[in-house]
Amino acid sequence: MALIKCPGYPEDTLRSLAERLPCRETQLATLLALMGQPDQYSYPSVFIYGHRATGKSHVVLSIMKDLELPHASVDCVECVSSGLLFHQVLSAFFGPDAAALLPRCPSLSDFVRLYKQMSSNSPATQTRYIILDRAERMRDMDFSLLPALLRLQELVNDNVTVILLSEIVWEKFRPNTGCFEPLLFHFPDYSKAELVQILSWDHHPSYTPELYASYINILLGVFFSVCRDLRELRHLAVLNFSKFCEPLEKGEAKESDIHKLWKNIEPHLQRAMQTVYLREVSSVQWEQQFFFSPLPVVLSAHAHIELPYYSKFLLIAAYLASFNPARTDRRFFLKSHGKIRKTNFLKKHEKTSNHLLGPKPFPLDRLMAIFYSVVDSRVAPTASIFSQISSLVTLQLLSQVGHDDQLDSPKYKCSVSLDFILAISRCVCVCVRLYRYQYYKFLNDTQPYI
Amino acid sequence: KNLKCVGFEGTGQYYSNLKSRYGNNIDTCNIAQLLAPSIIDLSKTFYCHLGVNVPDHAMTFRSLCNLLQDSVTPFVVSVHAKECAGVCKQNEMLISYLKSFFTLVCQATLTIRIIDLLQKCTQVSPKRKENLAKNDLPVVVIFKDFEAFNSQVLQDFILICSRYTQELPFVFIFGIATSPSAIQHRLPHSVSSLLCIEVFHSLSCTQHLASVFDKLILNSQFPFKLSSRVIQVLVGIFLYHDFSVQNFVKGLQFSMLEHFNSQPLSVLCCQKHEALLSAKILSKQNVERIRHLPSFMRYVETQEPQEQVRLLTNDEHVKEVCQKLLKNLHTYHKNYYPILQCLHSLTSSLPKFPLGKHIRELHVSCIEKNLWETEEYDSALQLLRILAKDELVAALRSCAEILKSANTKRMQNVLQQLEDFLGRLEALQGKSDSVSKMEYQRTDLFQLQKTLLEKESRRTKRMNPFEVLRSQVIDFIDSLVREYLTPAEFQPLNEVCYYSSSGVLRQRLNVTPRTSIQAALTHPFYYLKNESLKTNTGTISSAAPDLCIVYKLHLECGRLINLYDWLEAYVTVMSAAEDQDTNSEECGKFDSLKHARFIQAVSEMEFLGFVKSTKQKTDHVARLTWGGC
Repeated sequence: MALIKCPGYPEDTLRSLAERLPCRETQLATLLALMGQPDQYSYPSVFIYGHRATGKSHVVLSIMKDLELPHASVDCVECVSSGLLFHQVLSAFFGPDAAALLPRCPSLSDFVRLYKQMSSNSPATQTRYIILDRAERMRDMDFSLLPALLRLQELVNDNVTVILLSEIVWEKFRPNTGCFEPLLFHFPDYSKAELVQILSWDHHPSYTPELYASYINILLGVFFSVCRDLRELRHLAVLNFSKFCEPLEKGEAKESDIHKLWKNIEPHLQRAMQTVYLREVSSVQWEQQFFFSPLPVVLSAHAHIELPYYSKFLLIAAYLASFNPARTDRRFFLKSHGKIRKTNFLKKHEKTSNHLLGPKPFPLDRLMAIFYSVVDSRVAPTASIFSQISSLVTLQLLSQVGHDDQLDSPKYKCSVSLDFILAISRCVCVCVRLYRYQYYKFLNDTQPYI
Repeated sequence: KNLKCVGFEGTGQYYSNLKSRYGNNIDTCNIAQLLAPSIIDLSKTFYCHLGVNVPDHAMTFRSLCNLLQDSVTPFVVSVHAKECAGVCKQNEMLISYLKSFFTLVCQATLTIRIIDLLQKCTQVSPKRKENLAKNDLPVVVIFKDFEAFNSQVLQDFILICSRYTQELPFVFIFGIATSPSAIQHRLPHSVSSLLCIEVFHSLSCTQHLASVFDKLILNSQFPFKLSSRVIQVLVGIFLYHDFSVQNFVKGLQFSMLEHFNSQPLSVLCCQKHEALLSAKILSKQNVERIRHLPSFMRYVETQEPQEQVRLLTNDEHVKEVCQKLLKNLHTYHKNYYPILQCLHSLTSSLPKFPLGKHIRELHVSCIEKNLWETEEYDSALQLLRILAKDELVAALRSCAEILKSANTKRMQNVLQQLEDFLGRLEALQGKSDSVSKMEYQRTDLFQLQKTLLEKESRRTKRMNPFEVLRSQVIDFIDSLVREYLTPAEFQPLNEVCYYSSSGVLRQRLNVTPRTSIQAALTHPFYYLKNESLKTNTGTISSAAPDLCIVYKLHLECGRLINLYDWLEAYVTVMSAAEDQDTNSEECGKFDSLKHARFIQAVSEMEFLGFVKSTKQKTDHVARLTWGGC
């Protein structure tokens, strides 16, 4: 490991810092070089970007904490208004009393004025850092805020540096009017070797680090092709380690029998692959699943929704109303519809699949008309039928189009898939297929070839 | 380590302690499982998968909230989607709830910002630790209706909370009505990876209904009963419309109120000794009412002529007979339910469920008509007659278990007979074993021929001992059904206990607002009870309110209504009432008062949603409803 040297900072701290940040030595060295000595003026603004879990915030915050530099760390998600941001920055640098001086709805100039006033009382001996995490949220705030923060050093005439952390590139930030260009700094993704090195860090105390490293190698061999997120991989590693160690605890295998252990863990990892990123179960439930059933049940597979009888019909009717052209309702829902000529039946723009175009909005009347013709028995238009529609909307199985407060002739869209509808219609014994326009079109298209 | 993850080992331990502490006393709710230990990640999350019975959720969450406050942590907040339009709002909600807790503890002035609050909380944590337990108590946030939340708000909220989990542990409880995959639809991976999720399923609503049924309806403790029609209405509302057990219970309460309100003889609908006491002091009027009860009249007809005369003339005698009949009714109920459960346990495992899957279906068909006359009962018995021995024994054992809890003399008698049958069946088992042992001997061709011939003859002539016994058992069960599962309608004085006006119930519980509005508009007499409003159907009375006249006139129009024509028709109706002389000058003319009344009526029609203004044609309105004339 190349020793990182940076004048002005204690060497012991730097060494321990470098040890705590594996695979990020180059980034650490560059950042320290950028910061210069504590009392030197630093570059006004630095923009750090890189994928999720590449250690951006961790590296920056550890530098700040270990070297005990004056800094204000703000998560932009918290800042619903810019006032909150100013408040946090001021209270971090000058104490809560200074922050209390801010007016009720502080503007940018209030902040700058107050900052100047405070810094003239206590001028910076070291560079002050403002770290803005999840900086992409800044774009939704006041448009002048970002350009002003980028040249805050000039505005307040103080030794201050703004560090922006984000997952997206700077090009997406740049305002139309132009601004001071920050120093761009990229954190690259970890390579496979680096991932192994990092993941091997949290090895289990009762097993040797070599065993854990070989476990991590097996794990990455399975998952590296689908998932490179360190956080997710770490979750998976913790989840499956106990299963990996099972033969060892039973005494069936020794630590050196890597091949045997691999045979044992491989099917489980394959199964875990199905739920990668889903986070459906906690570690406890995951273990219980293994314990009770040889094949773990994937929870989303039995995504079964209990609905009252008429709600199912309403949903089916909504689906048909969304995906059938209104023109063909006569054909499907009237008992004596008469013959429809084939040429007229299909219009040219309807030849493309309705499912590619997505659901179309329909008025309430049409939904009710289809509903009455799909349900066999006579149904009174009771209040509970209508309240079922609104509860379907709250469950987000239907979605209301247009304003929420529209009272007369509201429009809806059906937001469930065909599979879901088919499953429901199987429960209530309705053949949706008979009513589906798409099905007839399919028949029509294939007939010439038969 | 380049990660922001924080382990939660300590609290996991804490949770498991808690679980063992209160797991014993709340078996009724399945909420106890909710706090199973879960460690590892930043925030902890529990989904509660609840089903769509929305009215029941409020109750579940209220009890969950109370339970958590009592046993886990005082910091429980439950939020509703309606209250949380933005992240700011939600934070304020959270803070206003938490504030009351924290001011008790730290007596610090708190600003209206969650960040400050959380920072302060962490500052005062040593103090808090002194005051409260040594562990950090988690803040529990319950999201009652997860689907209805704005997903952006939720994401931001979770991100903010995840920053403070080191100082303040958070537990989220999401109430999800559809399926657990809803969480993946609402939250992106960057957010959901911060959560450590466990899924809990609440009891399905049909199971819930079944338990309510067992406790409230299929129980001889409560004297109030429902007739088959009423049960069908209530269950129909439940299954077809709302899946809400709470609404079902409300319907039950309503029918009880209605029964005690509308039936004067319901004074006799109480516990046995009270009923007997009040039967002794029946008023003359009530005695007369008893005489008019259809079931009592049927009873009188079966008596001797002399007795009939006494029953119709002597009040005291009626009271005495009434006491006897009430006693009979109570014993009928006491015997009815155990036998019903036995029959259900016997038939519920049959293929295709000839007598229904649920006990409520069997109950309905039993109190409606003579069960043994139905085809379903015949087919069920036929299926029972071909039951294998081990199945039959198992079914009879479960019947015996049910009968053990029944404590009437007759049921004990039945139980004894049943156990006798069981003993004989088991004795048979020993015998058949010895027979089968014999068959393992070597057979030559001659012997085989002989046994085959024997079998042939046996098939046609006589059944083996098991088959004989089986048919005896089935006949015994059949006799039990015929004796005890008689329809309630045939019991004298059943009107005292049974509420049967299903029409009223349907009208009250399953309301049709549009039909009642239309009824009010076409027949104003129905609601206003004014004699002058009584009209023949089809004619328009001018005495009716303006709105009714306008409504009736609009029924004759097409999709678009010309306002001027409508006005003229209205004026004609009005002036027809004022004087019959249609030839006079004023007829057809209208003054501004009539004009104003017409306009007001039309705007009321628009308010009720029958017409709306249209851009297709000037001075026309569009009709919005069809039919209903």
